[in-house]
Amino acid sequence: MKNKIFTGLLITCGVVLGGAAAAATPSATMLSNTCVGCHGPNGNSMGPASPTIAGISTEYFMEAMEEYKSGVRPSTIMGRIAKGYSEEEFQLMASYFSKQQFNRDKDQNINAKMAKKGAKLHKKYCEKCHEDGGRSSEDDAGILAGQWMPYLQFTMTDYLSGNREMTKKMKKKVNTLKDEQGDKGFEELWHYYGSLK
Amino acid sequence: MTKFNRRDFLKVTGGVAALGSLGYTPFVIAGASKKVVIVGGGIGGATAARYIKMADASVDVTVIEPNKKYHTCFLSNEVLGGERSLESIRFGYQGLHKEGIKVVHEMVNNIDPQARVVKTSAGNSYKYDRCIVSPGIALRWDTIEGYDAKVAETIPHAWKAGPQTATLRKQIMAMRDGGTVIISAPPNPFRCPPGPYERAAQIAHYLKQHKPKSKILVLDPKDKFSKFGLFTAGWKKHYGYGTDNSMIEWISGAEGGKVDGLDAKNKTVRALVQDFKGDVVNIIPAQKAGKIAHIAGLADKSGWCPVDLKTFESKIHANIHVIGDAAIQSPLPKSGYAANSEAKVCASSVVALLKGDEVPQPSYVNTCYSILAPNDGISVAMVYNYADGKINKVEGSGGLTPGYDKTTMEMRQREVLYAHSWFKNITKDVFG
Repeated sequence: MKNKIFTGLLITCGVVLGGAAAAATPSATMLSNTCVGCHGPNGNSMGPASPTIAGISTEYFMEAMEEYKSGVRPSTIMGRIAKGYSEEEFQLMASYFSKQQFNRDKDQNINAKMAKKGAKLHKKYCEKCHEDGGRSSEDDAGILAGQWMPYLQFTMTDYLSGNREMTKKMKKKVNTLKDEQGDKGFEELWHYYGSLK
Repeated sequence: MTKFNRRDFLKVTGGVAALGSLGYTPFVIAGASKKVVIVGGGIGGATAARYIKMADASVDVTVIEPNKKYHTCFLSNEVLGGERSLESIRFGYQGLHKEGIKVVHEMVNNIDPQARVVKTSAGNSYKYDRCIVSPGIALRWDTIEGYDAKVAETIPHAWKAGPQTATLRKQIMAMRDGGTVIISAPPNPFRCPPGPYERAAQIAHYLKQHKPKSKILVLDPKDKFSKFGLFTAGWKKHYGYGTDNSMIEWISGAEGGKVDGLDAKNKTVRALVQDFKGDVVNIIPAQKAGKIAHIAGLADKSGWCPVDLKTFESKIHANIHVIGDAAIQSPLPKSGYAANSEAKVCASSVVALLKGDEVPQPSYVNTCYSILAPNDGISVAMVYNYADGKINKVEGSGGLTPGYDKTTMEMRQREVLYAHSWFKNITKDVFG
């Protein structure tokens, strides 16, 4: 009798686990392979808009994915995709992509004059947090240098519309930049970041 | 013992050096190299070849593909809409060659699963340890009386991109203003479920600019289709769908939209309750797995190939794997991204099986964009895992672009740019 109950419990547990995706965790490579169709080989996007995610910091990757998953960060499709992975799986992908080299050899239509002006604006408004022209991945920010320009533009559009939340520090700087330089200032910044090799 | 000359040595070590940073075995003995033969150099086949070579450079990989150039089916509707050139969806095999993959342009006419040999109509035989069959689809001519491969030269299906796409584009361009384009949609399951409806939108986009008095008539054996709400909303927004002046009319199965005959000479199709005459007729027939799958006995009664969903090994013949549209891979759809995803999972299991290692745990994904007008894109996505012998949709993930009332044009314009990014990235992933 005892045995019967025990077996019954085991079967029930088995069914419950089976129903709720008792899938084992795939490897980092296997998981990352699912990203590259949109984000390019090793996370280096061929453009024109999907961002390069190679070289991304683990910290930033984790934050971005959790925000997409919860809907805090707006997106067209990433929110729907991010809901398909666990925190453990994000960790594995983060470890994979953070080890890849960010390729800045991109074919973008750079306006040299605007890029030059953008360099100055970067120094004045952004450099303090986005060090080294936004090259650094040693912090909780995304890599800006050499990123696809449409993506940078989408991101700032979301910040400015209030769809995506800025930190207090960033909000202050972005608003000052907007007041002092207007929309053109942001465009000049994209040309600067897009031009960095 | 296989001869091991200096050139081979350079090839092997060169290949390994390029991959060295990824941590693969630094040296291999050529005599021990395992052979993988891949039948079909489309999205599934070319991806599988590259991912096997990346995972284990010592594997001898041969792709057998009759055509020297491949045209992607995805985004071929933009060619019909006049927004994209045929050249932009054309890819060659130089990338695969450079990575040490052999690509031979021959037609496979048999596979011997016992002897493990692939035979071609050129009279050549290719021995394999593991074979991957990625033949795409064959068209079920038998489902539409009066339609066959010969007739399709003038009444195109354009469901395999390339010359067929060019023919349909030319016919639409030559059509008079005020003419009717008939699209006969296929029954489930078929390649690219949203494809016929994106096609209607893309042709409408062209006609709206150049031949605004023209109409598109979509005849369908089904009562619903992929991204139904989004497509009909998009048709309404851009092409007046649902009004008296609509450029697109869709006739469902319940309304008699099922086509079962064609009078090619009079460009008239026979649907369930009446005949329809068009100026341009595009018939997308019912489908089954590509021809070689049937010759090799890999398909079952359904016309598609049953496979183990972890390895994509055929349930009928051991050591042969079937991927892409030809496989029964539900709930994965018959889409380009799914074929690419299946190919990676299959490649990793083939490499493991060749070594006698444990087959890795799979992860699959699909994303599928449709472009309704140059600034209006929609998508469907899904993440899948593997458990209990099945592929499962990960609960809560994926789904459609939220409805038209919940998205802005700005967001849907981004989807177009992301669709084009997806195209550039996936074709790089497939062809190198």
